[in-house]
Parts: sequence; structure tokens; C-alpha cells
Amino acid sequence: MNDVAIIGVGLHPFGRFGDKSAIDMAADAIDNALGDAGIEWRDIQFAMGGSYEVTNPDAVNRLVGLTGIPMTDVFNACATAASTIEQTAAAIQLGKYDVGVAFGMDKHPRGSFSGDPRVLGLPAWYGENGQYLTTKFFGMKINRYMHEHGISAETLAKVAAKNYRNGARNPNAFRRNPIPEDEILNSPILNYPLTQYMFCAPDEGAAAAILCRADLASRYASKPVYLRASAIRTRRYGAYEVHATFAAVDEDVSPTVYAAQAAFEEAGISPEDVDVIQVQDTDAGAEVIHMAECGFCADGDQEKLIADGATEITGPMPVNTDGGLIANGEPIGASGLRQVHELVRQLRGQAGERQVSGEPRVGFAQVYGAPGTAAVSLLTT
Amino acid sequence: MQKALAPDVSTWPDENPQLIGSRCDACGATTFPRQSRCPRCSAGTMSDLLLPRRGTVVAWTTQGFVPKLPYAGSDTAETFQPFGVGLVQLEDVVRVEGRLTENDPAKLRFGMEVELVMVPFFVDKDGDEVMTFAFAPVGENN
Repeated sequence: MNDVAIIGVGLHPFGRFGDKSAIDMAADAIDNALGDAGIEWRDIQFAMGGSYEVTNPDAVNRLVGLTGIPMTDVFNACATAASTIEQTAAAIQLGKYDVGVAFGMDKHPRGSFSGDPRVLGLPAWYGENGQYLTTKFFGMKINRYMHEHGISAETLAKVAAKNYRNGARNPNAFRRNPIPEDEILNSPILNYPLTQYMFCAPDEGAAAAILCRADLASRYASKPVYLRASAIRTRRYGAYEVHATFAAVDEDVSPTVYAAQAAFEEAGISPEDVDVIQVQDTDAGAEVIHMAECGFCADGDQEKLIADGATEITGPMPVNTDGGLIANGEPIGASGLRQVHELVRQLRGQAGERQVSGEPRVGFAQVYGAPGTAAVSLLTT
Repeated sequence: MQKALAPDVSTWPDENPQLIGSRCDACGATTFPRQSRCPRCSAGTMSDLLLPRRGTVVAWTTQGFVPKLPYAGSDTAETFQPFGVGLVQLEDVVRVEGRLTENDPAKLRFGMEVELVMVPFFVDKDGDEVMTFAFAPVGENN
């Protein structure tokens, strides 16, 4: 099995871009990643691309080069980009290819995700009854978590405020204006206790990463970053997750817990070793919960940690240094690749105003989405 | 005339209606609504199960904005009244996600006892009142 290095990363900014197509954004992201790696599209042996809205991400080849290479499209809801990275890395690990591109894009309509629940095998009444919504799940989950573990609404506001501040330092972010905590708390309640400004919004963007066999990386990168582990997990019977009509009485933990454990085990790394953390902040509550689910603290510790500024860029466990989903929005196909882009910048010392000090060596990324699927990636220098 | 949004998931219009789930003959796992395969052991031998009418609220939130289609309610963004949504544990059988008749966060309590009710939801194009299932605090419904 070969080790895998990331030799280039690229982004198209996240936000809203009028008539610009997601495919055009993907082409820009791929171009940026190729430039970052100092490699040409004609040297790329294969590619995998993910998107929710775009049925054929591989159609980007019309813009980047019709070289006839194998291209596969990937979709795994909010875990899409991490899944794209995993499949791209796996092909290199297994020795089928030496160098490939993992990319993702999306261009979502405004407002919450919606659709026909029957597509997922759920009954039509679930949608007609107003239950086929992702946000209510997050409201329920954090509401219960706060009740059981003593987390306050002020902590949720602090998390959102941190991510807006970090977004202000990120030229590629969607929301770049800091928002004060009391404004966050006083914005309309969407799903109690989550207010409007505590939620991310679906938007538009693209990202790409160039992966290659680790022993070839020095041809391209002076400071390669290595993908040490990648784990995808789906929900188990006892877990109550997004888009569920019921849950078992005997609870099981969320797929994030299992994905994180598997990734740490695969890499031989512990949570204490991690220097920079990116988690799925669908809403501020999800960031709080994922801190514990990923193994970075015990349930309830978040109240004091966040009050003490531990998760700020300057703190001992920086979380969502580029503003996360709250500041960047969520184009599903690109989100996990945005996290990896930020981790690579951090580990190379290229994160500018967002740079975590002390020469970070280990980066962690986690995504989670419907119908209860999580993916974790671990990167090191 | 009244009819159910989801006729297959409850015994309504029986008096004291019950939700209908299923239980696996092989391993005992329960689901709501009924399904043909067991999500725990994968066996294909599920039997219908009438669920207890009462339970306790394990998790709750409010739905504060009008859902997009296929939401069947006649509310608009202006007329929409938030509704409660919760995960209700029905004895030790199963936890069901459903609407709560209480929508005030100040009155919703973790562990509160609730009971299945049928509530009017919207009037359809034939003029029939479409009912849906929900959970109401015990004691308010007698």
C-alpha cells in the first residue's frame, strides 16, 4: 500500500455568483490546485468529482482538458467531498495510479434543502407533514445536548461569532462581516434554540486537491502534506440522525464518533496530537457537539473551553480557522475539500491572518450529513 | 369529511387510535412506520406492531419557518405559526418523531408526558379536512 501526499490545493471562492455555473467554478478550483502543485492537467492520470446539484461533475473536462482519463462522479450528501478524497486516495494507495485530482462543486438554490422524501425511501407524508427538513434535527440534537451537558445559548453565540470573525480573515469566505454575539442571539429562532445567525446556509463554490504517491511528492511540493487516514461511517441502528421517522430506545452514538475513532486508529494518532481542527458546523450547536464526538473533549467541557477561547485561532485547539460552514456556507460537493484546503494551508504555514502559531503538524477534518453519514480525514506534515 | 394524511400509520379513525410500527420476528427491533426488512439484523420478517399511545419527550425543537414543498400545509410565510417537533419515547418500545401540539419553548419540557392525538392539518381540494398525528401534553386532552 502506498502512502498518499497532497501536493496542491485550490478553491473557487464560496458565496453567490449569479450566472456562473458550478462547472466553471470547478474548473477554476482545479486550475488553482494544478498551479499550486506545479503540475499540468495533461499529467493527471485520473480524477474524481463530487456534487449534489450537478449530475456529471466530470463534465468539467470540457474546460480543463479532454484527455480521456478515467473520471468518476461521487455523491455522499454532506460527506461527498471527504468521500471523493477517500476514493481518490484509495486508488493511489492500491497502486492503480500515481497522481489524481479530487474535486467538488455545488450551486444550491437559496433556503433550506428540500426535496421528495420518497427518493430516500421515506414516506410521502413525512415531507407533507413538514418533517423532511434537516434544520429541525440539528435543533433537537443541540437542545437535548445543552440540557444534558450544561451548554448555554451564549456558548452557541460565541461559536458563531468566532466563525464569522475567522471568515473575515478568509478572502474566499461567503460571510466576511463579524456579527456580535447579542445580534446572533437575538436573530429569529429557526429551530429552537438555534437562531438564524447560528446556521450555515447552502451556497455556491468549488474546491480541488491534487493527490499523488507519497514517494513522488518531492517532484512537485517542497512541503507535501500527507493523508494519514480517511474514514467514512454510516449510522448504526440505535442512532437518531437526519431524516428519521423514528429511533431505537437503546441509543447508539452518531457515525461521527465511529468515523473519528477509525481514522485516529488508522493513522496511529490521538486527538491530543491534533493542531488544527475543521468540523461540520452546520450550525453552532453541531460544532459544539462534534468537538466531543470527534474525541477532542468530554461532553460538557465545551462550555468552559469556548468561554476561555480555546477554539480560537490563537487557542490550544483551534476549530474552523477559515470560518467553517457558518462563514463559508455549504456547497455540498466542495465543503470537505475546503476543509482540506485550509488544513494544507495551515500545515504549510500559508494561512496568513488565520495562521495557527507553533508550526502545526497535524490537521483533522470531519463532515456529517443526511441520512446519518460522517467522514473524517487526518493530515500531517 | 375528515381523512388522515397518512392512513397507513395509525388505526385512526378508531377511538383511541394507535400508531402502527413493526417489530422484527428474529431480533425484536422496532421501527416506525412499519417496514418490510429489519434495520438491525436485516431479516425480512417484520410483523405489524400497535404502538403505545403515551410516551415521554426525549428531544424537542420548534419549526420556526414554513417548510418548503412538499409541505402540504396552507400556511404562507406570513401566516405560518411555528409548531413543535419532538422525539417521543413510547414506553420501552420505540421512539417516534412527530409534531407536538405545544409550540412554546417555555412550556416544552424534556421528559414531559405526552399522548397521541390527531389534529387538523389542512383542507384539501375536495374540501376534506386532512388530519395528522401529533403528541399533546397529558392532562390537557381530557
